[in-house]
Amino acid sequence: MRRPLSILAPALAVLALLVSAGCEKENKTIKIATQSPLSGATSVIGSDIKAGTQLAIEQLSEPLTKLGYKVELAPFDDQGNPDTGVANAKAIVSDPSVLGIVGHYNSGVQIPASEEYHAANLCNVSPANTNPKVTDRGYAEVNRVCGRDDVQGAVGAQYAKSKGIKVAYVLHDKTAYGQGIAEYFKKEAEAGGMKVVGFAGTEEKANFDAILSPIIAAKPECIYFGGMFDQAAVLFKQARQKGFKGMCMSDDGFDSPDAAKIGSDALLQGAGTYFSTVSGPADVYPDTKKFMADFKAKFGNNPQPFAAQSYDCAALLLKGIENAVNANGGKLPARADVGKAVRALKDFKGITGTMTFNPKGDLVMGKYFIIQVTSADPTKWAGNKIDQTLNIAPPQ
Amino acid sequence: MGKFMGSINVRQILLPIGQMAIFVVGAGAVCSVVMLVLAMLFRGSGADHLLQTTQGIGILGYTINSLPQVLIDGVTIGFVYAAIALGYTMVYGVLQFINFAHSEIFAIGAFCGVEALIALNGAGHLVRAGVIGAFAYLALALLIGMCASGGMAMLVERVAYRPLRSSPTLVALISAIGVSFALQDVIRLAESLTTGQFYRVMPTFGNFDERLTLFKVGSKIIDIQVKSVVVIVAAVVMLVALNYLVGATKVGKAIRAVAQDKNTAALMGINVNFMISLTFLVGGSLGGAAGVMYALKFTRIDPFVGFMPGIKAFAAAVLGGIGNLTGALLGGMVLGMIESFAGAYLGTYTMGAFGAEYKDMVAFLILILVIVFRPNGLLGEQVSQKA
Repeated sequence: MRRPLSILAPALAVLALLVSAGCEKENKTIKIATQSPLSGATSVIGSDIKAGTQLAIEQLSEPLTKLGYKVELAPFDDQGNPDTGVANAKAIVSDPSVLGIVGHYNSGVQIPASEEYHAANLCNVSPANTNPKVTDRGYAEVNRVCGRDDVQGAVGAQYAKSKGIKVAYVLHDKTAYGQGIAEYFKKEAEAGGMKVVGFAGTEEKANFDAILSPIIAAKPECIYFGGMFDQAAVLFKQARQKGFKGMCMSDDGFDSPDAAKIGSDALLQGAGTYFSTVSGPADVYPDTKKFMADFKAKFGNNPQPFAAQSYDCAALLLKGIENAVNANGGKLPARADVGKAVRALKDFKGITGTMTFNPKGDLVMGKYFIIQVTSADPTKWAGNKIDQTLNIAPPQ
Repeated sequence: MGKFMGSINVRQILLPIGQMAIFVVGAGAVCSVVMLVLAMLFRGSGADHLLQTTQGIGILGYTINSLPQVLIDGVTIGFVYAAIALGYTMVYGVLQFINFAHSEIFAIGAFCGVEALIALNGAGHLVRAGVIGAFAYLALALLIGMCASGGMAMLVERVAYRPLRSSPTLVALISAIGVSFALQDVIRLAESLTTGQFYRVMPTFGNFDERLTLFKVGSKIIDIQVKSVVVIVAAVVMLVALNYLVGATKVGKAIRAVAQDKNTAALMGINVNFMISLTFLVGGSLGGAAGVMYALKFTRIDPFVGFMPGIKAFAAAVLGGIGNLTGALLGGMVLGMIESFAGAYLGTYTMGAFGAEYKDMVAFLILILVIVFRPNGLLGEQVSQKA
């Protein structure tokens, strides 16, 4: 694929440098950066990762303001593209006032970009990156508030089995995220006695004819797609048009109202469409009522998936920074100390749950959901039916 | 023959239809035979055993079973490629350079057509329309797409190519690549400003998603989606119309004259600039129509939707012999067919080692092979139909 926007990355980097140069006089400013796709195919979700963080900074930075610091948001657009994400990361770490980063949306972007954060000891809390590698590298400054693909893929396979699926065809989008979760699905499916009659990757976004021919011929009861909704919804729709009657299943990358817009009625046909996710709709969590109301009042729309998680990521960072500032006698703390302070938070009351990190940076207990698509109307996406909620500890 | 009959050159209508029939049947037959021979050779192989155990059918049976669907898919996408390829080849014919912005001309057609249908859908017209009404609205969308693309192609020629006409063609080529990038982001900008959306989705209306039964073999039904039929019929009509325009009208004669020698054509009283604009208009509108058809078939479009079909149609034009209208048709059909076959069978034959995602690699490898042995493309020698 052509990446016509990659020229923006250096431009942004230069801009960030200029901004940081301008701020060096005023070192009482603390910045929390976000990295998420603000343009392109998945910008619907990415924009609300930024918005959730912004809301948290506005509502929760009071303790730091009292200590004499001004907290600012520094949003970056990673375009869901690893190259852009890494270029942004370099710009972010070169700005000394940035003490924390909320991001990314795509594991394939987070993994290379977090190498930069790690080198600079910059604390990263991820709202949405589910690939095991995100935390399995054991970096002291990389954390996440969502579940993991090795668990999520297995949860999906177990659910498919519980629905009586015996033959599955597995596809993925060839990214770290999509292929990873598809492999975990396949492993668990086979371990549970299901037959996986095909396993293939594709970057195709429009014409699935050729890919579907062998799938339809293999007569699976379930098509599983590891990847994002912009491919999955088109695939499912074209599968239905080719007469596929079985179950369609995907992962948390499917969790976007745009999936309903693209797939429309096809998602409700046959044995239905399901997806596993690590973040339930915001109203599933008991403490998100105020967040949803505030979010709607400020941005005019209901929060997309991962917005509430982003709010919590920023809240964790703000609390960690506050603790580190206090431990440092009110002076600006070193980045490494912020990382340690965030990791050390115990039973932090966020809006999506009470959070404690394990030594790797995963939450000690992850929440997983299986959701069934119940309406072809994108505005009713948040009302999809939650079929299963599971609490599973991450593998050590 | 009477004077009235003489004014319509029937031969110029029947000839391209015949050619298309030969290309479709020929490309389909060659690919099918190659595939069946491969299936025979693969009997007893690991892939055969795998199919026997997982699906209870041998590789030969599997290949034969899915053959009709693969052929239908190949023909459909082949016609789309052919319609886009004609835009590349016509411009090459008159100006001897590759108009890389044509892929975005295609995308603009797709967007304008789909936006029109979305607006009609929002106003409730599409739901109320019967079957005939649905076809009328689709025709309207095609027309809008063609006008937008044709107009944009003319504008691009006037702004970005005409000032460079006396420069080496390489300069115009660079300009074309620049225009291509610029147009992608213009579409993106326009969409962000007006709808705030990145994708647009073709509304579902009429009976285009239904399936027509072609014939029955035992318990097996071979069927085709209505929209595939629509795509094929619309493409055939447009290709015949184009062929007639270029081959049998005075305007077509002038275009051909400009293609052969601009200076001499100008001396004969032909307005060369006008003819070149006209070429862009015709090629662009074909691309726009192909865009709307592509959106109808595959439903989802985004601002970068033109890139892959554009590159493939360019390859198809080269495969057939660039500058040659009949060649673009043949090239599109062959490429579509190879792609469809490779996508459907590659994964099964290699036991999943090479999945459908390698279909483009196979298609382009074959392209390289053809170009190595026939550098002018499959029909490159026949320059009589050069436009």
